[in-house]
Amino acid sequence: MTVDSADSTAAAQQARPPRKRAAAKKSSGTSSGTKKSPGGPELIQLLTPEGKRVKNATYDRYVADVTDDELRGLYRDMVMTRRFDAEATALQRQGELGLWASLLGQEAAQIGSGRATREDDYVFPTYREHGVAWCRGVDPTNLLGMFRGVNHGGWDPNSNNFHLYTIVIGSQTLHATGYAMGVAKDGADSAVIAYFGDGASSQGDVLEAFNFGAVYNAPVVFFCQNNQWAISEPTERQMRAPLYQRAQGFGFPGVRVDGNDVLACLAVTRWALERARNGEGPTLVEAFTYRMGAHTTSDDPSKYRADEERQAWEAKDPILRLRSYLETRTDTDEAFFADLDVESEALGKRVREVVRAMPDPGHLAIFENVYADGHALVDEERAQFAAYQASFADGEA
Amino acid sequence: MAVQKLPIAKAINESLRTALENDPKVLVMGEDVGKLGGVFRVTDGLQKDFGEERVIDTPLAESGIVGTAIGLALRGYRPVVEIQFDGFVFPAYDQIVTQLAKMHARALGKVKTPVVIRIPYGGGIGAVEHHSESPEALFAHVPGLKVVTPSNSSDAYWMLQQAIQSDDPVIFFEPKRRYWDKGELDTEAIPAPLHGAHVAREGSDLTLAAYGPMVKVCLEAAAAAQEEGKSLEVLDLRSISPMDFDSVQKSVEKTRRLVVVHEAPVFLGSGAELAARITERCFYHLEAPVLRVGGYHAPYPPARLEDEYLPGLDRVLDAVDRSLAY
Ligand SMILES: Cc1ncc(C[n+]2csc(CCOP(=O)(O)OP(=O)(O)O)c2C)c(N)n1
Repeated sequence: MTVDSADSTAAAQQARPPRKRAAAKKSSGTSSGTKKSPGGPELIQLLTPEGKRVKNATYDRYVADVTDDELRGLYRDMVMTRRFDAEATALQRQGELGLWASLLGQEAAQIGSGRATREDDYVFPTYREHGVAWCRGVDPTNLLGMFRGVNHGGWDPNSNNFHLYTIVIGSQTLHATGYAMGVAKDGADSAVIAYFGDGASSQGDVLEAFNFGAVYNAPVVFFCQNNQWAISEPTERQMRAPLYQRAQGFGFPGVRVDGNDVLACLAVTRWALERARNGEGPTLVEAFTYRMGAHTTSDDPSKYRADEERQAWEAKDPILRLRSYLETRTDTDEAFFADLDVESEALGKRVREVVRAMPDPGHLAIFENVYADGHALVDEERAQFAAYQASFADGEA
Repeated sequence: MAVQKLPIAKAINESLRTALENDPKVLVMGEDVGKLGGVFRVTDGLQKDFGEERVIDTPLAESGIVGTAIGLALRGYRPVVEIQFDGFVFPAYDQIVTQLAKMHARALGKVKTPVVIRIPYGGGIGAVEHHSESPEALFAHVPGLKVVTPSNSSDAYWMLQQAIQSDDPVIFFEPKRRYWDKGELDTEAIPAPLHGAHVAREGSDLTLAAYGPMVKVCLEAAAAAQEEGKSLEVLDLRSISPMDFDSVQKSVEKTRRLVVVHEAPVFLGSGAELAARITERCFYHLEAPVLRVGGYHAPYPPARLEDEYLPGLDRVLDAVDRSLAY
């Protein structure tokens, strides 16, 4: 169908923020202060911040089979992940890690979506998906090598179908899409899920991934954790239309889910993965959540955001929300929470011990795996390097 | 009065401030450059003083940042864009190489694209991957771009002024591990030309040529060598494209030996170009082949191995010994 020029002009005007320059200037992102959209009426929620179960005609069926035990399992996942994250932050402060990117506040988005994946699905994370890694069965201590500076990855992506962390923003969304294209070519019914942030949604790579996903009807779920900030830049600096709506322009559905509601994240991701498996192509899930900590341990959020904002979001804490529900709606007794405290402390202790004992790589690791088939120049430089290092050893002896 | 002692990061901040004050067409753009003042605080306070229209927080999109900077330049602005770290310039590499570098030539000289791209580069800060690389050769290889890198506060201030005033696109590499090194800055001095090398230390037995973060290492090496009775001249190249071969030639004609030092991989690096040129120009003066000290043909290693990877005093002195042994 063609549109006449009058219509398309009207459409263009609608798409543009309908304000004068001065007004636009005033609302431009960097001075965002504490005011944030709460997610709007489109936010899919199954548990209120107070921990009350609310009905949802579309998504309830995706969690109808979740037992009380499984709910407690989700709770355990979130608590363990938060404990791990807190330990890593502490280890960074103690100089054991060079850097840490905390997931504090994003546990529900990660556990809900992570638990929705099947063993044969494939996950492409950023650098903050510690909760998803947990769900995939990656030993949490493996995540710490790159932050300690002993390796650039630290796990075999194929043993848990959990790809390496990606630091260059947005790159992995294309890898996920290509992987999904391969899955479809193979005729397999597994699905792929790509994680990224609200800031990443500005990258060309991400938009190209959306388009490839759509054009090739790839079985990929684009899972954006909109934690409201890309380092110091608020979402208004990345986008002017709600992020989930972007999917429509690429020709696949987008939904916004309460990212602090683990049950809703589970339901929505299950739905999206099911679509992928059924050959219905990509889905964009925007998990509306909040980064409660700093961007990384190098960051100082007091430079750009107000304390009240974080406080407002603390009231929506994903862990407290499920706990309220478990306490009031299921027969979860105190012992469960007490046992979990003990278990999570043990995890913290193990992480601490493993990290402190983590050896530095041998010098020659620099030259390992540069090429799969080897390379004469690398061989030559490795030999020179080894001889040079050995000359010190001789001198000392 | 005009002379002060400032760290390099602060000198760059001062330079940007001066440029914003002097020319209303100058813009500062990049991720987190506004309220946060950049992840290294290099742009600290600029948005507060010059406003959001001149110090612009951009979406997280390097291709977008450079691509729009090109458009702004075509419209008469002089954008100074910040790429947050060396390893993140590549989403913008397409715009830089296929567009920015060539536009002046393609338009028969009728358009100018005075875009400065500031890139904190190099290792030694214990970072995770993509935060420690030295991709200068990848840019210097591209005709149409100028590539420079200061090693001290005075050059940081003045070279950035000159880069901003240049009508050509300039890739301005900032040695991030030296950001906090203090040095003298005279804001009323008459600056040296942007593309000239500088003799950072005079000597007679051998020339060490370096730039950016490696100048300090070479000065330390020269000081150490002095104690062993060797007199090393240290040249700070300052500009990688164009490169001041004349100054290097002059020095090598005196010392007859050259060792080039940089962090980037040696293979096809800027040292290779210098070695080839000097061999050609000084063939009969040289007492030893030109030697290079630099990174390996391997990805920049995890932080715990970077001391082994990066050229340090020992590796520089080792090369000096090898050269002198010829
Ligand atoms: C291509 C690229 N540019 C810049 C950076 C530096 N950087 C690291 S994280 C980050 C912000 C990312 O924000 P978002 O995508 O919202 O994810 P979040 O960290 O909030 O989870 C930036 C700018 C990078 N890693 N990669």
